[in-house]
Amino acid sequence: MSTVTSSPQPLDPPITSELIAKHGLTPDEFERIKKILGRAPNFTELGIFSVMWSEHCSYKNSRKELKKFPTSGPNILVRAGEENAGVVDIGDGWAVAFKIESHNHPSAIEPFQGAATGVGGIIRDIFTMGARPEFLLNSLRFGPITGEGKNVTANRRLFTGVIAGIAHYGNCIGVPTIGGEIYFDESFEGNPLVNVFCLGVLQHEQLARGAARGVGNPVFYVGAETGRDGLAGAAFASRELTEESREDRPAVQVGDPFKEKLLLEACLELLATDAVAGIQDMGAAGLTCSTCETASRGGTGVEIDLAKVPKRETGMTPYETLLSESQERMLIIAHRGKEDVVRRIFDKWDVPCAEIGRVTDDGMMRVLNNGSIAAEIPAKPLADEAPLYSREARKPTTDYTDEDLLREISASSAKSVVESLRRLLRDPSIASKNWVYRQYDHMVRTGTVVRPGSDAAVFHLRAANKFLAATTDCNSLYCRLDPREGGRIAVAEAARNLTCSGAVPLAVTDNLNFGNPYKPENFWQLREAVEGLAEACRAFATPVIGGNVSLYNESPAGVVDPTPTVAMVGLIEREEWITTQFFKAAGDVVILLGDFGDEMGGTHFLKVIHGRKAGRPPRLDFERELALQKALRELIQAGQVQSAHDCSEGGLAVALAEACFHPAGLLGAEIDLSGAGGLRLDQILFNESQSRVVISTVPTSADGVMGLLKERGVPAQRLGRVGGDALAITVGEEKLRWPIREIFDDWFHSIGAIVRES
Amino acid sequence: MKFAVIQFPGSNCDQDCLAALRGLSGVEAEYVWHKETSLRGWDAIVLPGGFSYGDYLRCGAIARFSPIMRAVMDEARSGKLVIGVCNGFQILCEAGLLPGALVRNRSLHFVCDMVTTRVEAADSPFTRGMPVGTLLRLPVAHGEGCYYADAATLRELNERQQVLLRYCDEKGCVTPTANPNGSVENIAGICNRERNVFGLMPHPDRACEERLGSSDGARIFESMLRSLATDRAAA
Repeated sequence: MSTVTSSPQPLDPPITSELIAKHGLTPDEFERIKKILGRAPNFTELGIFSVMWSEHCSYKNSRKELKKFPTSGPNILVRAGEENAGVVDIGDGWAVAFKIESHNHPSAIEPFQGAATGVGGIIRDIFTMGARPEFLLNSLRFGPITGEGKNVTANRRLFTGVIAGIAHYGNCIGVPTIGGEIYFDESFEGNPLVNVFCLGVLQHEQLARGAARGVGNPVFYVGAETGRDGLAGAAFASRELTEESREDRPAVQVGDPFKEKLLLEACLELLATDAVAGIQDMGAAGLTCSTCETASRGGTGVEIDLAKVPKRETGMTPYETLLSESQERMLIIAHRGKEDVVRRIFDKWDVPCAEIGRVTDDGMMRVLNNGSIAAEIPAKPLADEAPLYSREARKPTTDYTDEDLLREISASSAKSVVESLRRLLRDPSIASKNWVYRQYDHMVRTGTVVRPGSDAAVFHLRAANKFLAATTDCNSLYCRLDPREGGRIAVAEAARNLTCSGAVPLAVTDNLNFGNPYKPENFWQLREAVEGLAEACRAFATPVIGGNVSLYNESPAGVVDPTPTVAMVGLIEREEWITTQFFKAAGDVVILLGDFGDEMGGTHFLKVIHGRKAGRPPRLDFERELALQKALRELIQAGQVQSAHDCSEGGLAVALAEACFHPAGLLGAEIDLSGAGGLRLDQILFNESQSRVVISTVPTSADGVMGLLKERGVPAQRLGRVGGDALAITVGEEKLRWPIREIFDDWFHSIGAIVRES
Repeated sequence: MKFAVIQFPGSNCDQDCLAALRGLSGVEAEYVWHKETSLRGWDAIVLPGGFSYGDYLRCGAIARFSPIMRAVMDEARSGKLVIGVCNGFQILCEAGLLPGALVRNRSLHFVCDMVTTRVEAADSPFTRGMPVGTLLRLPVAHGEGCYYADAATLRELNERQQVLLRYCDEKGCVTPTANPNGSVENIAGICNRERNVFGLMPHPDRACEERLGSSDGARIFESMLRSLATDRAAA
């Protein structure tokens, strides 16, 4: 072994096998490190490798799977993995950058700050690209909040804490939270899923790159001072949550949306000049990650001096400074000679700014500390050559068929299905989320054209004068029962939601939330779900432009239901095509696109009414789904569609009820489902067969709509008319009736009432 | 007419205000940075919403000491039109240009929603051309928008018809359920005694286009324009 060129710092502990294990590195990985360095690492370098090669930063257990995603397309300007976020062309010289990212582990330990810093992190990822952040979505999952007991109390605390954290950060920084999804299930007890999405807009020529280009260019540190908060958070996020995780609370960072607002404005102002050669946010693994990644991307080296880094605490060691995950910081590589431009703009915004180093030509990440070398590592192997693993995969042994289930569960009477729909509408996963989104500023930036509560949020990008639809979707229960089909359906449902709002789907960012990959059943789920997502993304021509993998989502109670969250963005070419899910006028004709369906496996009805998370989830047929979406867009573009709402959790009955709940005034409907024939009442109302959309159309258009659907080979059923003060459904002899005001109240006030009673 | 939109660090509705104003005919609108010290040459001043200085102390309490605020106070005293929206309203109260205070919402939660407000006085430069009882649909988005003033101040506000907007239901009735934040007497917006300084929690800047669900906010800015035009004609 060669000599150690970098000096050990005083008080550094000796490198022992225990210390290596404590850093989450295997003996093989340690050998690899020694080979890269040509010597043993010192303590600081061990810490650097530990975070860079953590699951969170290196995707070492998932990267081989992620390669299965389609990542290119005619509109894709920046592909997955190239930069902090992917970028998609939306025409006329404009583009959007978007990405979803998880903050599950921090939120489990400290829900408010965990969720808040998740929002801060994803916003930085977007403005790092030179894009102005326009809106946020979030996809959240918690343990049940209904009922009583210690766990329910804890779940409510996590739920309300996460909501408050998102509201705190998003509202203050002035980026509206305009949609998303929230589900509640036992599997998320103790390990909530907090996935946050941000989208920003930019002109093509504004695109910024996270590369350290130009040897000799100065490297600036801008933003908040570095403290000891969030030490090695990336490594913390790459472990299972245990009873002792609470002790890791120092690994959770504290967010300051005000500082980030200033940083955001200063960075965008600077990026509008010609002073910047590269820019990279300091997120997971902070200063370490940003320096070695920019160097690696630029094919250069970077040398920084820690003595010049603004700090808010004294006596910080190189290890602490490099591994801190203090928030609201960026690394900027300026063009030589433009230093004053950088300083002037950050001075204007009162944001700390320090020149801490320069770009070099030797490919090394070299960290100086008061003249001595604290770390010296080849940047490329550190950033890009983490070991990649393919773990053992094993299919779990659970198998149910629908038939068995239906035999086990007696058919519902007319009276009981009436009550079942009310219970489903009150169920927090289906109930209105107004208690949540009223706490989010969802109107700032004056672009929110369709506010939270419809199938997809619709946003007007003022600068570009473009209309976008965005949604997040995943049915974790389907994924638990059949991860591949669940993955396919997540993509299909997202595309269907966008189509219902009048959009053509453009691209996807995904967040894979799974358990410990070293357990073969978990890895099997991951692999299956990825293959399902990949198939579907190819089918819908929606490439994956980036995303995030969160593994180790396990609490002492067990692993989470696998959740490959799909966030999809679509473009609405013309404003008049914007469509919402709500019935618009009495007399309009209600039509079901698709069949009545019959699949009961994995339904919300079985889960909520019968307490069964079982069965074979519905099957998705790409050809049928594509034909349906194409025909629906054609109808919308021809001005034939008053409302469009997809059937998802709770089936046709829930979709019909939700279509009645127009925020500006409730409307009933008279529906006849006798055509479904031969099936059980509960099966007709609550099955979750795919590729179904409820639309309404003005009476004079109804025949034309049915005719066009027939021509396009899309099955369609005329269900009835909008009107009256009840949702009235006839099935043969059975006449079911729900007064609209009563079921609206069930649905609208459910979550607020649950939270208030605690 | 030239509108100055003040940018404090942490303002986040400055861009919305600028876009809303520039969407009206006859308006020139520009940002004025909080470190500036003069507002000479502007016809009207807008303090936008947001979280000035993070609002980590009381809302508006630090912004009130920004260099630009001395100029705002001077211009307000000289009779120039000043409108403060949301955080801008909070700053105007902290600066003593408007009476009373804005405290934490009664629900203790941030509230973002479309609300209905009723015009309570038509003889201000901000409500000109809107008869008493006119209903305006406007968005609110705030955590500390509960207006509070002591009994003597309230009496004076009512006697001098300084309350310009109250929260009401869709029929125009001022009811407790129509009050989104617990403001005393459903007060949504007030002006000063001289009627040239107006503060309100709802966002007219977010209601200047039908696609956003309401264009009623534009009526407030248009009222300001008419008042300025009248003054100019008289001068």
